[in-house]
Amino acid sequence: MTTTTDTLVSSRAGAPRLPGTWSLGLRRGALEIKQFVRRRDQVIFTFAFPVVFLALFASIFSGQVENAGITASQLYAAGMIAAGIMSVSFQSLGISIAIERDEKVLRRLRGTPMPPAAYFLGKVWLVLATGIAETAVLLLFGATLFDLDLPTTATKWLEFSWIFVLGITGCALLGIAISSLPKSGKSASSVVVLPFLVLQFISGVYIPVGTLPDWLLDISAFFPLKWMCQGFRGVFLPQSAAVLEQAGDWEFGRIALVLGAWCIGGLVLCLLTFRWKSRRDG
Amino acid sequence: MTQLAVDVRGLRKQYGEVTAVDGLDLGIRHGEVFGILGPNGAGKSTTVEILQGHRGRDGGEVSVLGADPASAGRAWRSRVGIVWQDESAPAELTVRETVHHFARYYPNPRDPEQVIALVGLEKKASARIKGLSGGQRRRLDVALGVIGGPELLLLDEPTTGFDPAARRQFWELIRLLAREGTTIVLTTHYLEEAEALADRLAVIAGGKVVAEGEPAALRQSLGTGATVEWTEVDGSPRTLRTETPTRTVAELMHRFDGEIPGLRIGRPTLEDVYLRLTGQLDPQGEEAR
Repeated sequence: MTTTTDTLVSSRAGAPRLPGTWSLGLRRGALEIKQFVRRRDQVIFTFAFPVVFLALFASIFSGQVENAGITASQLYAAGMIAAGIMSVSFQSLGISIAIERDEKVLRRLRGTPMPPAAYFLGKVWLVLATGIAETAVLLLFGATLFDLDLPTTATKWLEFSWIFVLGITGCALLGIAISSLPKSGKSASSVVVLPFLVLQFISGVYIPVGTLPDWLLDISAFFPLKWMCQGFRGVFLPQSAAVLEQAGDWEFGRIALVLGAWCIGGLVLCLLTFRWKSRRDG
Repeated sequence: MTQLAVDVRGLRKQYGEVTAVDGLDLGIRHGEVFGILGPNGAGKSTTVEILQGHRGRDGGEVSVLGADPASAGRAWRSRVGIVWQDESAPAELTVRETVHHFARYYPNPRDPEQVIALVGLEKKASARIKGLSGGQRRRLDVALGVIGGPELLLLDEPTTGFDPAARRQFWELIRLLAREGTTIVLTTHYLEEAEALADRLAVIAGGKVVAEGEPAALRQSLGTGATVEWTEVDGSPRTLRTETPTRTVAELMHRFDGEIPGLRIGRPTLEDVYLRLTGQLDPQGEEAR
Protein backbone atom coordinates (compact mmCIF):
# COMPACT_ATOMS: atom_id res chain seq x y z
CA MET A 1 0.00 0.00 0.00
CA THR A 2 1.34 3.41 -0.89
CA THR A 3 1.90 5.67 2.04
CA THR A 4 3.13 8.86 0.44
CA THR A 5 0.61 11.62 0.79
CA ASP A 6 1.71 13.71 -2.16
CA THR A 7 0.46 11.16 -4.67
CA LEU A 8 -2.98 11.41 -3.14
CA VAL A 9 -3.75 15.04 -3.59
CA SER A 10 -6.34 15.24 -6.28
CA SER A 11 -6.95 18.40 -8.19
CA ARG A 12 -10.21 19.64 -6.82
CA ALA A 13 -9.93 23.05 -8.41
CA GLY A 14 -12.26 24.29 -11.07
CA ALA A 15 -16.02 24.22 -11.28
CA PRO A 16 -17.11 20.59 -11.24
CA ARG A 17 -19.14 19.70 -14.28
CA LEU A 18 -21.05 16.44 -14.25
CA PRO A 19 -20.33 14.16 -17.20
CA GLY A 20 -23.03 14.04 -19.87
CA THR A 21 -25.65 11.31 -19.96
CA TRP A 22 -25.14 10.49 -23.63
CA SER A 23 -21.37 9.97 -23.39
CA LEU A 24 -21.74 7.93 -20.19
CA GLY A 25 -24.36 5.85 -21.97
CA LEU A 26 -21.87 5.12 -24.74
CA ARG A 27 -19.23 4.15 -22.19
CA ARG A 28 -21.67 1.90 -20.37
CA GLY A 29 -22.62 0.33 -23.69
CA ALA A 30 -18.98 -0.45 -24.44
CA LEU A 31 -18.60 -1.92 -20.96
CA GLU A 32 -21.76 -4.04 -21.29
CA ILE A 33 -20.61 -5.42 -24.63
CA LYS A 34 -17.15 -6.13 -23.22
CA GLN A 35 -18.66 -8.09 -20.34
CA PHE A 36 -21.01 -9.97 -22.67
CA VAL A 37 -18.21 -10.99 -25.02
CA ARG A 38 -16.07 -12.21 -22.12
CA ARG A 39 -18.71 -14.68 -20.95
CA ARG A 40 -17.85 -17.04 -23.74
CA ASP A 41 -20.39 -19.75 -22.92
CA GLN A 42 -23.16 -17.15 -22.89
CA VAL A 43 -22.03 -15.85 -26.29
CA ILE A 44 -21.99 -19.31 -27.82
CA PHE A 45 -25.41 -20.28 -26.50
CA THR A 46 -27.04 -16.95 -27.29
CA PHE A 47 -26.06 -17.21 -30.93
CA ALA A 48 -26.31 -20.98 -31.32
CA PHE A 49 -29.79 -21.35 -29.83
CA PRO A 50 -31.91 -19.96 -32.69
CA VAL A 51 -29.57 -21.43 -35.31
CA VAL A 52 -29.86 -24.91 -33.82
CA PHE A 53 -33.65 -24.59 -33.59
CA LEU A 54 -33.85 -23.31 -37.14
CA ALA A 55 -31.78 -26.28 -38.31
CA LEU A 56 -33.96 -28.71 -36.33
CA PHE A 57 -37.34 -27.41 -37.45
CA ALA A 58 -36.29 -26.80 -41.03
CA SER A 59 -34.91 -30.33 -41.27
CA ILE A 60 -37.95 -31.99 -39.67
CA PHE A 61 -40.52 -30.04 -41.71
CA SER A 62 -38.71 -29.68 -45.00
CA GLY A 63 -41.55 -29.97 -47.48
CA GLN A 64 -43.42 -27.43 -49.58
CA VAL A 65 -46.33 -25.53 -48.05
CA GLU A 66 -49.49 -26.14 -50.09
CA ASN A 67 -50.77 -23.33 -52.35
CA ALA A 68 -48.25 -20.86 -50.98
CA GLY A 69 -45.22 -21.40 -53.18
CA ILE A 70 -42.81 -21.60 -50.25
CA THR A 71 -41.01 -24.24 -48.19
CA ALA A 72 -41.60 -24.76 -44.48
CA SER A 73 -37.99 -23.84 -43.76
CA GLN A 74 -38.63 -20.37 -45.17
CA LEU A 75 -41.42 -19.94 -42.60
CA TYR A 76 -39.14 -21.07 -39.79
CA ALA A 77 -36.28 -18.81 -40.85
CA ALA A 78 -38.54 -15.74 -40.60
CA GLY A 79 -39.94 -16.85 -37.22
CA MET A 80 -36.53 -17.69 -35.81
CA ILE A 81 -35.17 -14.24 -36.67
CA ALA A 82 -38.01 -12.73 -34.64
CA ALA A 83 -37.41 -15.16 -31.76
CA GLY A 84 -33.67 -14.44 -31.86
CA ILE A 85 -34.33 -10.72 -31.53
CA MET A 86 -36.65 -11.34 -28.60
CA SER A 87 -34.11 -13.58 -26.90
CA VAL A 88 -31.30 -10.97 -26.95
CA SER A 89 -33.67 -8.24 -25.79
CA PHE A 90 -36.51 -9.57 -23.64
CA GLN A 91 -34.89 -12.71 -22.28
CA SER A 92 -31.35 -11.47 -21.79
CA LEU A 93 -32.36 -8.15 -20.20
CA GLY A 94 -35.05 -9.76 -18.05
CA ILE A 95 -32.55 -12.19 -16.57
CA SER A 96 -29.42 -10.01 -16.42
CA ILE A 97 -31.08 -7.01 -14.78
CA ALA A 98 -32.74 -9.25 -12.18
CA ILE A 99 -29.31 -10.69 -11.36
CA GLU A 100 -27.66 -7.26 -11.28
CA ARG A 101 -30.35 -6.06 -8.92
CA ASP A 102 -29.99 -9.09 -6.67
CA GLU A 103 -26.20 -8.85 -6.61
CA LYS A 104 -26.46 -5.13 -5.78
CA VAL A 105 -24.73 -3.97 -8.93
CA LEU A 106 -27.64 -1.58 -9.43
CA ARG A 107 -27.43 -0.29 -5.89
CA ARG A 108 -23.76 0.49 -6.33
CA LEU A 109 -24.44 2.41 -9.53
CA ARG A 110 -27.20 4.30 -7.74
CA GLY A 111 -24.61 5.40 -5.16
CA THR A 112 -22.58 7.16 -7.84
CA PRO A 113 -23.51 10.31 -9.74
CA MET A 114 -24.15 8.22 -12.86
CA PRO A 115 -27.50 9.31 -14.30
CA PRO A 116 -29.98 6.38 -14.39
CA ALA A 117 -30.63 7.04 -18.09
CA ALA A 118 -26.98 6.18 -18.85
CA TYR A 119 -27.53 2.69 -17.46
CA PHE A 120 -30.50 2.13 -19.77
CA LEU A 121 -28.66 3.61 -22.74
CA GLY A 122 -25.87 1.12 -22.07
CA LYS A 123 -28.41 -1.71 -22.17
CA VAL A 124 -29.81 -0.31 -25.44
CA TRP A 125 -26.37 -0.47 -27.05
CA LEU A 126 -25.81 -4.00 -25.78
CA VAL A 127 -29.18 -5.17 -27.10
CA LEU A 128 -28.67 -3.45 -30.45
CA ALA A 129 -25.20 -4.94 -30.92
CA THR A 130 -26.24 -8.46 -29.96
CA GLY A 131 -29.51 -8.15 -31.91
CA ILE A 132 -27.74 -7.12 -35.10
CA ALA A 133 -25.15 -9.88 -34.68
CA GLU A 134 -27.81 -12.49 -33.95
CA THR A 135 -29.90 -11.44 -36.95
CA ALA A 136 -26.86 -11.43 -39.24
CA VAL A 137 -25.97 -14.97 -38.18
CA LEU A 138 -29.54 -16.16 -38.81
CA LEU A 139 -29.78 -14.40 -42.18
CA LEU A 140 -26.52 -16.01 -43.20
CA PHE A 141 -27.61 -19.52 -42.16
CA GLY A 142 -31.12 -19.04 -43.50
CA ALA A 143 -29.96 -17.81 -46.88
CA THR A 144 -27.23 -20.38 -47.39
CA LEU A 145 -28.90 -23.50 -45.98
CA PHE A 146 -32.65 -22.99 -45.64
CA ASP A 147 -33.99 -21.38 -48.81
CA LEU A 148 -34.36 -17.94 -47.23
CA ASP A 149 -34.51 -15.32 -50.01
CA LEU A 150 -32.91 -12.06 -48.97
CA PRO A 151 -34.95 -9.04 -50.12
CA THR A 152 -33.73 -7.37 -53.28
CA THR A 153 -35.58 -4.07 -53.05
CA ALA A 154 -34.84 -1.11 -50.82
CA THR A 155 -38.49 -1.01 -49.73
CA LYS A 156 -38.30 -4.51 -48.28
CA TRP A 157 -35.07 -3.72 -46.43
CA LEU A 158 -36.71 -0.58 -45.06
CA GLU A 159 -39.65 -2.66 -43.83
CA PHE A 160 -37.18 -5.09 -42.30
CA SER A 161 -35.38 -2.24 -40.54
CA TRP A 162 -38.40 -0.65 -38.90
CA ILE A 163 -39.78 -4.00 -37.75
CA PHE A 164 -36.35 -4.77 -36.30
CA VAL A 165 -36.08 -1.43 -34.49
CA LEU A 166 -39.64 -1.31 -33.14
CA GLY A 167 -39.58 -5.02 -32.26
CA ILE A 168 -36.27 -4.98 -30.42
CA THR A 169 -37.21 -1.79 -28.56
CA GLY A 170 -40.58 -3.12 -27.43
CA CYS A 171 -39.08 -6.45 -26.35
CA ALA A 172 -36.21 -4.76 -24.51
CA LEU A 173 -38.63 -2.56 -22.56
CA LEU A 174 -40.75 -5.62 -21.73
CA GLY A 175 -37.57 -7.36 -20.56
CA ILE A 176 -36.65 -4.46 -18.26
CA ALA A 177 -40.18 -4.52 -16.88
CA ILE A 178 -40.23 -8.27 -16.22
CA SER A 179 -36.84 -8.09 -14.49
CA SER A 180 -38.64 -6.60 -11.46
CA LEU A 181 -40.80 -9.71 -11.13
CA PRO A 182 -38.33 -12.42 -9.94
CA LYS A 183 -37.69 -12.31 -6.20
CA SER A 184 -34.04 -13.23 -6.65
CA GLY A 185 -31.41 -13.48 -9.34
CA LYS A 186 -31.49 -17.25 -9.06
CA SER A 187 -35.17 -17.52 -9.99
CA ALA A 188 -34.86 -14.99 -12.81
CA SER A 189 -34.33 -17.41 -15.67
CA SER A 190 -37.36 -19.53 -14.77
CA VAL A 191 -39.59 -16.48 -14.44
CA VAL A 192 -38.44 -15.02 -17.75
CA VAL A 193 -38.08 -18.13 -19.89
CA LEU A 194 -41.58 -19.57 -19.39
CA PRO A 195 -43.56 -16.66 -20.87
CA PHE A 196 -41.00 -16.37 -23.67
CA LEU A 197 -41.35 -20.07 -24.52
CA VAL A 198 -45.16 -19.90 -24.49
CA LEU A 199 -45.12 -16.85 -26.74
CA GLN A 200 -42.81 -18.62 -29.18
CA PHE A 201 -45.29 -21.50 -29.45
CA ILE A 202 -48.38 -19.34 -29.97
CA SER A 203 -46.82 -16.58 -32.10
CA GLY A 204 -45.83 -18.66 -35.10
CA VAL A 205 -42.16 -19.34 -34.33
CA TYR A 206 -42.27 -23.12 -33.81
CA ILE A 207 -45.75 -23.78 -35.15
CA PRO A 208 -47.02 -22.12 -38.33
CA VAL A 209 -49.88 -19.68 -37.64
CA GLY A 210 -52.14 -21.57 -40.06
CA THR A 211 -52.25 -24.58 -37.75
CA LEU A 212 -52.80 -22.61 -34.51
CA PRO A 213 -56.35 -22.17 -33.17
CA ASP A 214 -57.67 -18.63 -33.53
CA TRP A 215 -58.13 -18.07 -29.81
CA LEU A 216 -54.42 -18.72 -29.21
CA LEU A 217 -53.51 -16.30 -31.97
CA ASP A 218 -55.84 -13.75 -30.39
CA ILE A 219 -53.79 -14.03 -27.20
CA SER A 220 -50.44 -13.78 -28.94
CA ALA A 221 -51.74 -10.76 -30.85
CA PHE A 222 -51.43 -8.77 -27.61
CA PHE A 223 -47.65 -9.25 -27.60
CA PRO A 224 -44.94 -8.08 -29.98
CA LEU A 225 -43.54 -11.47 -31.04
CA LYS A 226 -46.49 -12.48 -33.24
CA TRP A 227 -46.26 -9.23 -35.17
CA MET A 228 -42.51 -9.45 -35.57
CA CYS A 229 -42.84 -12.97 -37.02
CA GLN A 230 -45.61 -11.82 -39.34
CA GLY A 231 -43.63 -8.80 -40.45
CA PHE A 232 -40.53 -10.81 -41.21
CA ARG A 233 -42.61 -13.28 -43.20
CA GLY A 234 -43.89 -10.30 -45.14
CA VAL A 235 -40.32 -9.22 -45.80
CA PHE A 236 -38.79 -12.57 -46.67
CA LEU A 237 -41.62 -14.59 -48.24
CA PRO A 238 -43.22 -14.03 -51.65
CA GLN A 239 -46.62 -12.33 -51.79
CA SER A 240 -48.21 -15.73 -52.64
CA ALA A 241 -47.60 -16.85 -49.03
CA ALA A 242 -49.81 -14.14 -47.55
CA VAL A 243 -52.79 -16.48 -47.87
CA LEU A 244 -51.41 -18.41 -44.89
CA GLU A 245 -51.91 -15.44 -42.58
CA GLN A 246 -54.92 -15.14 -40.29
CA ALA A 247 -56.00 -12.01 -42.15
CA GLY A 248 -54.79 -13.22 -45.54
CA ASP A 249 -52.45 -10.24 -45.63
CA TRP A 250 -49.15 -9.10 -44.05
CA GLU A 251 -50.91 -6.19 -42.30
CA PHE A 252 -47.82 -3.93 -42.11
CA GLY A 253 -49.94 -1.06 -40.81
CA ARG A 254 -51.23 -3.04 -37.88
CA ILE A 255 -47.73 -4.40 -37.16
CA ALA A 256 -46.41 -0.85 -36.89
CA LEU A 257 -49.30 0.07 -34.63
CA VAL A 258 -48.92 -2.83 -32.18
CA LEU A 259 -45.12 -2.66 -32.01
CA GLY A 260 -45.24 1.12 -31.62
CA ALA A 261 -47.81 0.77 -28.84
CA TRP A 262 -45.49 -1.68 -27.05
CA CYS A 263 -42.60 0.78 -27.26
CA ILE A 264 -44.69 3.47 -25.56
CA GLY A 265 -46.53 1.15 -23.19
CA GLY A 266 -43.33 -0.69 -22.30
CA LEU A 267 -41.60 2.58 -21.47
CA VAL A 268 -44.45 3.61 -19.18
CA LEU A 269 -44.41 0.17 -17.56
CA CYS A 270 -40.66 0.43 -16.93
CA LEU A 271 -40.92 3.90 -15.46
CA LEU A 272 -43.68 2.72 -13.13
CA THR A 273 -42.16 -0.55 -11.99
CA PHE A 274 -38.37 -0.27 -12.15
CA ARG A 275 -36.60 -0.78 -8.82
CA TRP A 276 -32.93 -0.27 -7.99
CA LYS A 277 -33.10 -2.50 -4.95
CA SER A 278 -34.32 -6.04 -4.62
CA ARG A 279 -37.53 -6.58 -2.66
CA ARG A 280 -35.59 -8.10 0.21
CA ASP A 281 -33.75 -4.80 0.62
CA GLY A 282 -37.03 -2.98 1.09
CA MET B 1 -27.08 26.66 7.34
CA THR B 2 -25.53 23.75 9.13
CA GLN B 3 -21.84 23.74 10.02
CA LEU B 4 -21.79 19.99 10.46
CA ALA B 5 -20.92 17.48 7.75
CA VAL B 6 -23.64 15.19 9.05
CA ASP B 7 -26.49 16.51 11.18
CA VAL B 8 -29.11 14.03 12.30
CA ARG B 9 -31.94 14.92 14.71
CA GLY B 10 -34.56 12.57 16.05
CA LEU B 11 -34.14 10.01 13.26
CA ARG B 12 -36.74 7.23 13.25
CA LYS B 13 -37.15 4.16 11.08
CA GLN B 14 -39.65 1.33 11.42
CA TYR B 15 -39.64 -2.04 9.68
CA GLY B 16 -43.18 -3.23 10.19
CA GLU B 17 -43.50 -3.68 13.94
CA VAL B 18 -39.79 -3.39 14.60
CA THR B 19 -38.29 0.00 15.40
CA ALA B 20 -34.77 -0.09 13.98
CA VAL B 21 -33.88 3.54 14.67
CA ASP B 22 -35.62 5.24 17.53
CA GLY B 23 -34.94 8.95 17.87
CA LEU B 24 -31.27 9.00 16.97
CA ASP B 25 -29.13 12.17 17.03
CA LEU B 26 -25.73 12.56 15.43
CA GLY B 27 -23.47 15.54 14.81
CA ILE B 28 -20.39 14.84 12.72
CA ARG B 29 -17.91 17.62 12.02
CA HIS B 30 -16.07 18.26 8.79
CA GLY B 31 -12.75 16.46 8.60
CA GLU B 32 -13.21 14.07 11.49
CA VAL B 33 -13.23 10.30 11.55
CA PHE B 34 -16.43 9.30 13.25
CA GLY B 35 -17.10 5.77 14.42
CA ILE B 36 -20.57 4.32 14.88
CA LEU B 37 -20.27 1.40 17.20
CA GLY B 38 -22.89 -1.09 18.21
CA PRO B 39 -23.91 -4.73 18.21
CA ASN B 40 -25.63 -6.38 15.27
CA GLY B 41 -29.18 -5.16 14.91
CA ALA B 42 -28.55 -1.93 16.82
CA GLY B 43 -29.53 0.18 13.80
CA LYS B 44 -26.04 1.05 12.51
CA SER B 45 -26.53 -0.09 8.94
CA THR B 46 -30.02 1.38 8.69
CA THR B 47 -28.66 4.72 9.89
CA VAL B 48 -25.80 4.67 7.39
CA GLU B 49 -28.14 3.68 4.56
CA ILE B 50 -30.35 6.64 5.40
CA LEU B 51 -27.25 8.89 5.32
CA GLN B 52 -26.38 7.43 1.89
CA GLY B 53 -29.83 8.25 0.58
CA HIS B 54 -30.62 4.58 -0.06
CA ARG B 55 -33.28 4.20 2.54
CA GLY B 56 -36.21 6.37 3.47
CA ARG B 57 -36.97 7.41 7.03
CA ASP B 58 -40.14 7.64 9.05
CA GLY B 59 -39.20 10.70 11.09
CA GLY B 60 -36.51 13.16 12.02
CA GLU B 61 -34.25 15.54 10.17
CA VAL B 62 -31.15 14.52 8.24
CA SER B 63 -28.63 16.79 6.61
CA VAL B 64 -25.56 15.37 4.89
CA LEU B 65 -23.15 17.92 3.38
CA GLY B 66 -25.96 20.44 3.66
CA ALA B 67 -28.57 18.43 1.77
CA ASP B 68 -31.27 15.93 2.59
CA PRO B 69 -30.01 12.57 1.23
CA ALA B 70 -33.58 11.50 0.43
CA SER B 71 -33.89 14.17 -2.25
CA ALA B 72 -30.29 15.02 -3.13
CA GLY B 73 -29.21 14.84 -6.76
CA ARG B 74 -26.20 13.88 -8.88
CA ALA B 75 -24.00 16.75 -7.71
CA TRP B 76 -24.46 15.63 -4.11
CA ARG B 77 -23.73 12.00 -4.98
CA SER B 78 -20.44 13.06 -6.55
CA ARG B 79 -19.33 14.46 -3.16
CA VAL B 80 -20.21 11.36 -1.13
CA GLY B 81 -18.28 8.09 -1.37
CA ILE B 82 -19.85 4.84 -0.25
CA VAL B 83 -18.34 1.53 0.74
CA TRP B 84 -21.14 -0.97 1.30
CA GLN B 85 -21.24 -3.85 3.68
CA ASP B 86 -21.82 -6.45 0.98
CA GLU B 87 -20.43 -5.74 -2.40
CA SER B 88 -20.48 -6.91 -5.92
CA ALA B 89 -18.44 -5.64 -8.81
CA PRO B 90 -18.61 -6.77 -12.45
CA ALA B 91 -16.82 -10.12 -12.38
CA GLU B 92 -15.73 -10.15 -16.01
CA LEU B 93 -13.91 -6.81 -15.89
CA THR B 94 -10.40 -6.16 -14.65
CA VAL B 95 -9.62 -4.00 -11.64
CA ARG B 96 -8.13 -1.34 -13.91
CA GLU B 97 -11.11 -1.27 -16.30
CA THR B 98 -13.57 -0.98 -13.43
CA VAL B 99 -11.75 1.79 -11.57
CA HIS B 100 -11.17 3.78 -14.77
CA HIS B 101 -14.82 3.35 -15.74
CA PHE B 102 -16.18 4.51 -12.38
CA ALA B 103 -13.88 7.54 -12.53
CA ARG B 104 -15.87 8.66 -15.58
CA TYR B 105 -19.02 9.12 -13.50
CA TYR B 106 -17.50 11.94 -11.46
CA PRO B 107 -16.87 15.56 -12.35
CA ASN B 108 -13.50 15.65 -10.63
CA PRO B 109 -12.20 12.14 -10.02
CA ARG B 110 -8.88 11.06 -8.58
CA ASP B 111 -6.30 9.52 -10.84
CA PRO B 112 -7.42 5.88 -11.24
CA GLU B 113 -3.89 4.49 -11.27
CA GLN B 114 -3.06 6.31 -8.05
CA VAL B 115 -6.22 5.01 -6.42
CA ILE B 116 -5.36 1.45 -7.45
CA ALA B 117 -1.94 1.93 -5.86
CA LEU B 118 -3.51 3.56 -2.82
CA VAL B 119 -5.53 0.44 -2.02
CA GLY B 120 -2.57 -1.79 -2.83
CA LEU B 121 -3.96 -3.49 -5.92
CA GLU B 122 -1.20 -2.49 -8.39
CA LYS B 123 -0.18 -6.09 -8.88
CA LYS B 124 -3.78 -7.13 -9.50
CA ALA B 125 -4.68 -4.22 -11.77
CA SER B 126 -4.94 -6.41 -14.86
CA ALA B 127 -6.70 -9.31 -13.12
CA ARG B 128 -10.38 -10.05 -13.65
CA ILE B 129 -12.44 -9.24 -10.56
CA LYS B 130 -13.80 -12.78 -10.34
CA GLY B 131 -10.26 -13.97 -9.58
CA LEU B 132 -9.72 -11.67 -6.59
CA SER B 133 -9.70 -12.83 -2.98
CA GLY B 134 -12.26 -11.49 -0.51
CA GLY B 135 -9.82 -8.98 0.95
CA GLN B 136 -8.76 -7.80 -2.50
CA ARG B 137 -12.39 -7.27 -3.50
CA ARG B 138 -12.93 -5.23 -0.38
CA ARG B 139 -9.98 -3.04 -1.33
CA LEU B 140 -11.51 -2.61 -4.77
CA ASP B 141 -14.73 -1.53 -3.04
CA VAL B 142 -12.78 1.11 -1.19
CA ALA B 143 -11.12 2.19 -4.45
CA LEU B 144 -14.55 2.66 -6.03
CA GLY B 145 -15.72 4.49 -2.90
CA VAL B 146 -12.92 7.07 -3.08
CA ILE B 147 -12.43 7.33 -6.87
CA GLY B 148 -14.67 10.39 -7.05
CA GLY B 149 -12.57 12.25 -4.50
CA PRO B 150 -15.42 12.44 -1.97
CA GLU B 151 -15.64 15.05 0.78
CA LEU B 152 -17.47 12.48 2.88
CA LEU B 153 -16.81 8.76 2.90
CA LEU B 154 -19.40 6.42 4.42
CA LEU B 155 -18.12 2.94 5.26
CA ASP B 156 -20.38 0.22 6.58
CA GLU B 157 -18.41 -2.46 8.46
CA PRO B 158 -15.47 -2.08 6.09
CA THR B 159 -13.13 -4.65 7.63
CA THR B 160 -15.50 -7.51 8.40
CA GLY B 161 -13.81 -10.68 7.24
CA PHE B 162 -10.31 -9.19 7.12
CA ASP B 163 -7.32 -10.91 8.61
CA PRO B 164 -5.41 -8.81 11.18
CA ALA B 165 -2.69 -7.73 8.74
CA ALA B 166 -5.21 -6.63 6.10
CA ARG B 167 -7.13 -4.75 8.79
CA ARG B 168 -4.05 -2.77 9.84
CA GLN B 169 -3.32 -1.96 6.19
CA PHE B 170 -6.86 -0.78 5.80
CA TRP B 171 -6.57 1.43 8.85
CA GLU B 172 -3.51 3.09 7.32
CA LEU B 173 -5.58 3.80 4.24
CA ILE B 174 -8.35 5.41 6.29
CA ARG B 175 -5.81 7.54 8.20
CA LEU B 176 -4.30 8.62 4.90
CA LEU B 177 -7.68 9.75 3.60
CA ALA B 178 -8.43 11.48 6.88
CA ARG B 179 -5.13 13.40 6.75
CA GLU B 180 -6.20 14.66 3.37
CA GLY B 181 -9.30 16.16 4.91
CA THR B 182 -11.93 13.61 3.96
CA THR B 183 -14.70 13.32 6.53
CA ILE B 184 -15.06 9.64 7.34
CA VAL B 185 -17.99 7.88 8.96
CA LEU B 186 -17.58 4.20 9.62
CA THR B 187 -19.66 1.63 11.39
CA THR B 188 -17.96 -1.24 13.08
CA HIS B 189 -18.47 -3.75 15.79
CA TYR B 190 -14.75 -4.01 16.40
CA LEU B 191 -13.81 -1.89 19.39
CA GLU B 192 -10.13 -1.80 18.63
CA GLU B 193 -11.01 -0.47 15.19
CA ALA B 194 -13.12 2.33 16.61
CA GLU B 195 -10.41 3.14 19.16
CA ALA B 196 -7.64 3.06 16.54
CA LEU B 197 -9.37 5.19 13.94
CA ALA B 198 -12.13 7.36 15.34
CA ASP B 199 -11.64 10.89 16.59
CA ARG B 200 -15.06 10.55 18.13
CA LEU B 201 -17.54 7.76 18.32
CA ALA B 202 -21.15 7.09 19.09
CA VAL B 203 -22.31 3.88 20.70
CA ILE B 204 -25.68 2.81 19.39
CA ALA B 205 -28.02 0.35 21.05
CA GLY B 206 -31.70 -0.19 20.44
CA GLY B 207 -31.75 2.45 17.71
CA LYS B 208 -30.51 5.22 20.01
CA VAL B 209 -27.16 6.81 20.77
CA VAL B 210 -26.32 5.65 24.29
CA ALA B 211 -22.94 7.36 24.50
CA GLU B 212 -20.91 9.75 22.39
CA GLY B 213 -17.46 11.29 22.60
CA GLU B 214 -13.75 10.69 22.17
CA PRO B 215 -12.79 7.08 22.81
CA ALA B 216 -10.50 7.93 25.74
CA ALA B 217 -13.05 10.25 27.31
CA LEU B 218 -15.77 7.66 26.96
CA ARG B 219 -13.66 5.13 28.74
CA GLN B 220 -12.88 7.55 31.53
CA SER B 221 -16.33 8.94 32.11
CA LEU B 222 -18.16 5.66 31.93
CA GLY B 223 -15.49 3.24 32.95
CA THR B 224 -15.34 4.04 36.63
CA GLY B 225 -14.78 1.36 39.16
CA ALA B 226 -12.84 -1.84 38.77
CA THR B 227 -13.25 -5.53 38.40
CA VAL B 228 -11.92 -7.82 41.12
CA GLU B 229 -11.43 -11.49 40.26
CA TRP B 230 -10.44 -14.31 42.56
CA THR B 231 -10.94 -18.03 43.13
CA GLU B 232 -13.21 -19.31 45.91
CA VAL B 233 -12.17 -22.05 48.34
CA ASP B 234 -14.22 -24.56 46.34
CA GLY B 235 -12.22 -23.64 43.21
CA SER B 236 -14.96 -21.63 41.46
CA PRO B 237 -13.90 -18.33 39.89
CA ARG B 238 -15.60 -15.14 41.04
CA THR B 239 -15.82 -11.71 39.45
CA LEU B 240 -17.06 -8.57 41.16
CA ARG B 241 -17.45 -5.08 39.74
CA THR B 242 -17.00 -2.47 42.39
CA GLU B 243 -16.41 1.24 42.94
CA THR B 244 -14.23 0.41 45.93
CA PRO B 245 -11.75 -2.29 44.94
CA THR B 246 -9.44 -1.66 47.86
CA ARG B 247 -12.19 -2.38 50.38
CA THR B 248 -13.13 -5.55 48.49
CA VAL B 249 -9.54 -6.75 48.62
CA ALA B 250 -9.32 -5.93 52.31
CA GLU B 251 -12.41 -7.99 52.99
CA LEU B 252 -11.06 -10.86 50.93
CA MET B 253 -7.75 -10.76 52.79
CA HIS B 254 -9.67 -11.05 55.99
CA ARG B 255 -11.69 -14.02 54.71
CA PHE B 256 -8.78 -15.91 53.16
CA ASP B 257 -6.37 -14.96 55.94
CA GLY B 258 -3.39 -14.28 53.70
CA GLU B 259 -2.93 -14.85 49.98
CA ILE B 260 -6.09 -14.55 47.86
CA PRO B 261 -6.05 -17.28 45.21
CA GLY B 262 -6.20 -16.05 41.57
CA LEU B 263 -6.49 -12.39 42.55
CA ARG B 264 -6.72 -9.91 39.71
CA ILE B 265 -7.84 -6.32 39.72
CA GLY B 266 -8.75 -4.83 36.37
CA ARG B 267 -9.69 -1.31 35.35
CA PRO B 268 -12.44 -1.39 32.72
CA THR B 269 -11.44 -1.41 29.08
CA LEU B 270 -13.40 0.28 26.34
CA GLU B 271 -14.85 -3.13 25.69
CA ASP B 272 -16.29 -3.35 29.19
CA VAL B 273 -17.78 0.11 28.77
CA TYR B 274 -19.21 -0.88 25.43
CA LEU B 275 -20.71 -4.14 26.63
CA ARG B 276 -22.31 -2.39 29.58
CA LEU B 277 -23.66 0.43 27.41
CA THR B 278 -25.18 -1.91 24.90
CA GLY B 279 -26.78 -4.01 27.59
CA GLN B 280 -24.69 -7.07 26.90
CA LEU B 281 -23.21 -7.06 30.37
CA ASP B 282 -25.21 -7.09 33.57
CA PRO B 283 -24.25 -4.78 36.46
CA GLN B 284 -22.45 -7.57 38.29
CA GLY B 285 -19.90 -7.67 35.54
CA GLU B 286 -20.97 -11.07 34.33
CA GLU B 287 -21.50 -11.51 30.66
CA ALA B 288 -25.17 -11.83 29.89
CA ARG B 289 -26.17 -15.20 28.57
